Amino acid sequence: MPVEVRLPTVLRPHAGGQSTVSANGATIGEVLNDLVTNYPGMAGQVLTEDGTLHRFVNVYVDDDDVRYLEQLDTKVPDGATVSILPAVAGGCGR
Amino acid sequence: MLRLPAQVYTQMVAHCLSGLPDEACGLLGGDLAAGAVATCYPTRNLAASAKLYTVDPKQHLQADRDAEAKGMAIIGVFHSHTHTDAYPSATDVAQAPDPDWHYVLVSLRDTHPMVRSYRIMGERIDEEPVIVEPAP
Repeated sequence: MPVEVRLPTVLRPHAGGQSTVSANGATIGEVLNDLVTNYPGMAGQVLTEDGTLHRFVNVYVDDDDVRYLEQLDTKVPDGATVSILPAVAGGCGR
Repeated sequence: MLRLPAQVYTQMVAHCLSGLPDEACGLLGGDLAAGAVATCYPTRNLAASAKLYTVDPKQHLQADRDAEAKGMAIIGVFHSHTHTDAYPSATDVAQAPDPDWHYVLVSLRDTHPMVRSYRIMGERIDEEPVIVEPAP
């Protein structure tokens, strides 16, 4: 069952400028792998080389951050929306 | 160039002052192509630190949805430096999430807050003019 994936502006050029795309999968891991298969330019920006969630992005199923659920094993119910946003952080550092 | 309505400028600086002694942060919604901010989204600093900030991801999601519903996008982030210049640190540059965003620094080191804005592409930092526009 395809789910809607909302993309941050930084990833949109890899999807032809679209803000929302469809991807298939029953878990977040499957959805993100399908996304990267369809839009290879996103490889390395969403998932790391060893297949874990990149630390510079936050991924949500509807309102819930998957890092506080089951990470890549988080289930994606039919009709859910997956949102990807950049992790925003920094600071003077000293 | 970054265009900031006076109300957004005031809200942003007030949020930074209210966060002292820690850094404060928030997101800016508006028109990316025009570099025009319309809405300020103050957020919690989950790092709760005078040296680091982390925008609350849940508030980021809410801001992103609100901006989209209003036909806008999140076009940048602001944060304070409590005791250093209004210039991106190595930490800011390393963690800048989007080369199209505007990165606003509010320095609270001196008596008067100093607001500056930058574009960050890789390790390149370009300052841009900030135009504060009066309320209509």
